[in-house]
Amino acid sequence: MNCCSLPGLDVRKIAGKLRAGARLMVGQGDYDAYVAHMRTRHEEVDVLSPSEYFRAREKARYGGSGERAFRCC
Amino acid sequence: MSMTSVSRAASPLTLALWIGVGVLALFSLYTLAIARGEPVNAMWLVAAAVGVYAIGYRFYSRFIAERVLRLDATRRTPAYRHNDGLDYVPTDKWVLFGHHFAAIAGAGPLVGPVLAAQMGYLPGALWLLTGVIFAGAVQDFVVLFISTRRDGRSLGDLIKTEMGPVPGVIAMLGILSIMIILLAVLALVVVKALADSPWGAFTVFATLPIAVFMGVYGRYLRPGHIGEMSAIGFVSLIASIAFGRTVAETPALAALFTYRGETLALMLIAYGFVAAVLPVWLLLAPRDYLSTFLKIGTILSLALGICVVWPQLRMPAISRFIDGSGPVFAGSVFPFLFITIACGAVSGFHALVSSGTTPKMIADETQTRFIGYGAMLMESFVAVMALIAASVLEPGVYFAMNSPPAMIGVTPEAAASAISGWGFAITPDALASVAANVGEKTILSRTGGAPTLAVGMATILSSVVGGATAMSFWYHFAILFEALFILTTIDAGTRVARFMIQDLVGTFIPAFRDTKSWLPNLIATAIAVSGWGYFLYQGVIDPLGGINTLWPLFGIANQMLAAIALTLCVVVLFRMKRDRYAFIAILPTLWLYTCTITAGLEKIFHSDSRIGFLAHARKFSDAVENGKILGPAKTLEDMRRVIFNDYVDAGLCVIYIALVLAMIGFALAAIRQARSAKGVTTRESEDELLQPAGA
Repeated sequence: MNCCSLPGLDVRKIAGKLRAGARLMVGQGDYDAYVAHMRTRHEEVDVLSPSEYFRAREKARYGGSGERAFRCC
Repeated sequence: MSMTSVSRAASPLTLALWIGVGVLALFSLYTLAIARGEPVNAMWLVAAAVGVYAIGYRFYSRFIAERVLRLDATRRTPAYRHNDGLDYVPTDKWVLFGHHFAAIAGAGPLVGPVLAAQMGYLPGALWLLTGVIFAGAVQDFVVLFISTRRDGRSLGDLIKTEMGPVPGVIAMLGILSIMIILLAVLALVVVKALADSPWGAFTVFATLPIAVFMGVYGRYLRPGHIGEMSAIGFVSLIASIAFGRTVAETPALAALFTYRGETLALMLIAYGFVAAVLPVWLLLAPRDYLSTFLKIGTILSLALGICVVWPQLRMPAISRFIDGSGPVFAGSVFPFLFITIACGAVSGFHALVSSGTTPKMIADETQTRFIGYGAMLMESFVAVMALIAASVLEPGVYFAMNSPPAMIGVTPEAAASAISGWGFAITPDALASVAANVGEKTILSRTGGAPTLAVGMATILSSVVGGATAMSFWYHFAILFEALFILTTIDAGTRVARFMIQDLVGTFIPAFRDTKSWLPNLIATAIAVSGWGYFLYQGVIDPLGGINTLWPLFGIANQMLAAIALTLCVVVLFRMKRDRYAFIAILPTLWLYTCTITAGLEKIFHSDSRIGFLAHARKFSDAVENGKILGPAKTLEDMRRVIFNDYVDAGLCVIYIALVLAMIGFALAAIRQARSAKGVTTRESEDELLQPAGA
């Protein structure tokens, strides 16, 4: 039973998308999707922990050329 | 055209609905256009914009999706073909829309429309609406489509494969020059907003320790908890704005944070260098979180504010300055309106985002329409809101804030008399009281758009929350929001420029490319910082106020990049053998080439010294020969520097025009080749091809 649903509107799902959207805006993707991907496709490789994943994505966005954080208009 | 070509029977109800939307949009535009001397409600502008966007999205973007590009939901996108759980991940379209919008929306759409308001709100509004429908959104959409069909490759890469290596280099040079000029002009906006403003300077300085604390928190205390970090940062920012008032009102503290423009410029240059070599988690990343979320929040509150307050537009629909004599920027509607408002109508920079992270996360090719075309419409709406915020001000206040001291003097009395003489009646008391209301000593010549937008936003938001007493809080909130945003851009942009320089020099000295080693890093950072630092300092000491000189250069560069990106779209359409539909990209391309070349030529050769760089240099050389010194230069040395800067700026325009002409030549050659080939010649990712390439 879902405490947060309105008729025709799944509040929890919308909140989840808002959260995912806010994180992706600053370069942090979906960790669960990453884990699921690694489990099904690359069983032999170690999966990054949540904080390792966070740092890896931070480095991908800002390290290197820093291009992904550059905005103009 | 598009209505008949979308061959699906519409129900009478749908048809009636769309006719209703069309009538509403037309009636709103009509109301805006016939206004003479009477304030018009801003909601007419909102209604016109929303109506035009809805029609453009429903009909024109659908025409492009179904007829021109023939989007195919069954094709596997890079997100599936290269899925790595990191960069290439199929992503929900709403989540990706948010990501894409946050990546394209910067400070540009907030500045350009504010400057263009000097011609009245109507010219700017019409260009924003037509520009986005036929140029800006088309570019974002088609480039996203092209990149999605080619493994999410970058703009430079795409131009190289579709048009050849030289056009690829031209695009790279275009990108680098935009970056340098943009960083300079944005830094200048910050300088103009913070000069002689202890309250503003204190709050912006306070963001440094706040960001560093957030960085340490997110690195060591609670890794990955972006929400907590940002909440801590946000609360501290609000506290620093509140304490800023105390700083401004305490003479000893105020003296610590009161700076002249020149000092601020040097501080920013030093800051840019240090920030670009610090580890990213310490300053850049946490501040980016703050500025991203603050931006989305501010845009939403401004939209909400406008819809609740229903403010009146006090600026006339069309002002006398369409003749090109305006104080904010010189030059007539064509071509300078179309250069001044780049972002929000069409922005070449977006082509980088559309060929960057977004195409790697598209789950279904048909979503490129919603994300590419749709997000650009939203950005255009942000620009419309900026235009509204500037136009709700008393025109006298607007011109006092945006005219250089050379035209209005430095006292409220002089400014009021000069501006009233232009036909916008204002009293010295009114100017002084606006300054007092926002907690500043003066609002005169606070050019660059940010302070104007801040007063406009403060006017709108304070009538929702807090009343007149909250005016100064909202003003400094808006200044801080823009400064935060701009500092993040300067920091990230310096890093990007550094990498491009290392790459460029690396072709001659391979060791220079090593981004892990310190010496090349420091040298390339120094080159990047001195590039934008030079133009920034030039802007601060510019007799015409800096923005007048630098913003058109930025506009020309940005529109030039848009023209280059759209040229790629044209070439790809011909190579796809969609010749009869290539006009969707040809029309905006021709328009942008016309605007950039005309503006470039006028900036070089125009006989008015406020427009033409050579005329300006001549005016100063003549004065030097007669031993006269023209303000604000104080010595002959200053005079010579002004002349030298004029030649540098004119040289930049020559380079832009040359790049544009070369690009046209390469495009024509590529089109001729594509037309003479028998079949499809474009290079989409091979395993995606539905049919084998013909030639």
